[in-house]
Amino acid sequence: MGQSGIDAWGARTVTTSRPTLAVWKFSSCDGCQLTLLDCEDEILGLSEAIDIAYFLEAGHDRVDQMYDVSLVEGSITTAHDAERIREVRAASRKLVTIGACATSGGIQALRNSADVQEFTSIVYAHPEFIKTLETSTGIADHVPVDLELRGCPISRTQLLEAISALLAGRTPRLPSYSVCQECKQAGNACVLVASGTPCLGPVTQAGCHSLCPSIGRGCFGCFGPSESANTAALTEQLRRVGTNDRDIERSFSTFNVNAPEFRTAALALYPIQSPRRGSE
Amino acid sequence: MTHSHRGIRTLDVRALTRVEGEGAMHVNVVDGQVTDVRLEIYEPPRFFEALLRGRNFTEPPDITARICGICPVAYQMSACHAIEQALGVTLPADLRDLRRLLYCGEWIESHALHIYLLHAPDFLGFRSAIELARDHRALVERGLRMKKVGNELIEIVGGRAIHPVNVRVGGFYRSPSQSALAALVEPLRRARQDALDTVAWVGGFEFPDFNGDWELVSLRHPHEYPLNEGRLVSDRGLDIDVANFLDHVAEEHVPHSNALQAHLLERGEYLVGPLARYSLNYDKLPEIARQAAVSAGLGPVCRNPFQSIIVRAVELVFALDEALRIVESYAPPRAPSVSVIGRAGRGHSCTEAPRGTLYHRYDIGADGSVLDAVIIPPTSQNQHAIEHDMREFVSQRLHLDDGELTRQCEQAIRNYDPCISCATHFLDLTIVRA
Repeated sequence: MGQSGIDAWGARTVTTSRPTLAVWKFSSCDGCQLTLLDCEDEILGLSEAIDIAYFLEAGHDRVDQMYDVSLVEGSITTAHDAERIREVRAASRKLVTIGACATSGGIQALRNSADVQEFTSIVYAHPEFIKTLETSTGIADHVPVDLELRGCPISRTQLLEAISALLAGRTPRLPSYSVCQECKQAGNACVLVASGTPCLGPVTQAGCHSLCPSIGRGCFGCFGPSESANTAALTEQLRRVGTNDRDIERSFSTFNVNAPEFRTAALALYPIQSPRRGSE
Repeated sequence: MTHSHRGIRTLDVRALTRVEGEGAMHVNVVDGQVTDVRLEIYEPPRFFEALLRGRNFTEPPDITARICGICPVAYQMSACHAIEQALGVTLPADLRDLRRLLYCGEWIESHALHIYLLHAPDFLGFRSAIELARDHRALVERGLRMKKVGNELIEIVGGRAIHPVNVRVGGFYRSPSQSALAALVEPLRRARQDALDTVAWVGGFEFPDFNGDWELVSLRHPHEYPLNEGRLVSDRGLDIDVANFLDHVAEEHVPHSNALQAHLLERGEYLVGPLARYSLNYDKLPEIARQAAVSAGLGPVCRNPFQSIIVRAVELVFALDEALRIVESYAPPRAPSVSVIGRAGRGHSCTEAPRGTLYHRYDIGADGSVLDAVIIPPTSQNQHAIEHDMREFVSQRLHLDDGELTRQCEQAIRNYDPCISCATHFLDLTIVRA
């Protein structure tokens, strides 16, 4: 572990036995990598224990080396990025996707069921200047991934747990159960049952500490599908509390729209393409 | 990376560090003259304006927050205000204060991040804040302490530091408790002192003599330093209702950038952000922030982008002071939100994101769905001014070797705190020279 040599600034790097960490960005909002800088109490200690070798946002840009752990933010939306992620994989001993974009394609995967040329012409005067793929896909569609951190954005505590565990060579403790379990542990009244508020908690992976139901709002699924999520049963329950199919479809079609369980649930309501265009 | 060939010198700053998002800079020099400077934004496009079409009017605050993880509150605020205007809703004073408090949290978090982790290392000869911390740990800890208070404020009011969950069209899902906010009084007081110390610290840095000649544009409000409301004004006579924003600002699409570039019609490039806000609203700063500015040697107008670090520190003092004012007089609002019903309408809003004015416009249909959305982030508006400044900056420094010139260019770009992820509409490096 560790490297020595000449870095991108021409300075000699110190030989170190500290493990190296890299943070890579693809199509995204920067929020998940910001989570690392939001560990205000831990970041300086962390930077002593590990060598944060590549992290553009923080000013570290050493390349041409192997990294012990790579954190990857963002989805793949260009041919160039599809190539770049292969290079990142080759330079990483462990590759961890951080957040909904890297894990399932993010909100920008809404394009996957739309006409990208039409999208481009809505936003840009010269669509011919824009180079983009028809789809936004998660990292695992392109290269093997060792660990996924869910969330839009990820949880700070899960990030620290994942880094600590990987460096210690143990399996990180991350829940695969649903938000409902956390919500019950928190002692919340069920927003879906008690007040008929549409909530994706039953099919969404825990990790946020039932943030939305705790403030009386339905979960909107930003941690993506939980293990064995029964979306069909939830769709029926949402209909029973009076949610119309269009709203149910939209609720599955947000930050994890391209996660298979959510995509299937949305398509079950509107099998024909482009259900979201215009009003009904 | 540089290339030299028969009097032609090309300078490429690839993969800018310590900025948000992905960008690069390209400079061409022919026979000692700078012929071309381009801020290249290759962050891939994400098509937010297109994917908002057909969504319910309740959704843009959560969806547009995902444009930028650094300033999600700004997106939520501009979206809420524009949609509320479209639907004919106004918020009572108590909810207005709570929104202002949330926005202060984001200013504190974002400015502390920029000053300490992104910008200050340049002035002190360090490559990163982590390296800076090795020699000056207490200084970096002071910055992190303020940043943490900002995040705590967003968590208490907004429910989550990045992409808050408690914001909705019409107000909030739940009001924060008095006790939760009261617990922040002491940390906020300490942070306000930290901010004053920060102004004194960064005021002692050395600044190149450089003045931009762009038009300064910002919101201005009759009674307060602008966050959520005001008219859009400039130092050269612009004074408009934000509903007329698009009558005065045009966006163009250039081949080298996935960000659309904005300019003022028949006026040219302009600058939004801390320098503009400060220079146009100096009289609205609280006394404590004005005094800090004066003692750091800042006049009522600042046009030196390098000194933006002092202005951000002064705005930190303001944001902490304003947060304290609201927290100390806080009583939970009568209701966390007002009821909002979807109907046809058009609404506009400008709010002041940490890095400048953020414009949103929505057309809502009779069924409450979004028919059309227009979003113009601050970095799109500043791109012309940045390129203009960089041309002049490089022209004055052609005697420097490529390594040093590259380093100075990167530092100069950081002055504007460009948020490349923000500029929704962004591309890949294309060189279009004959």
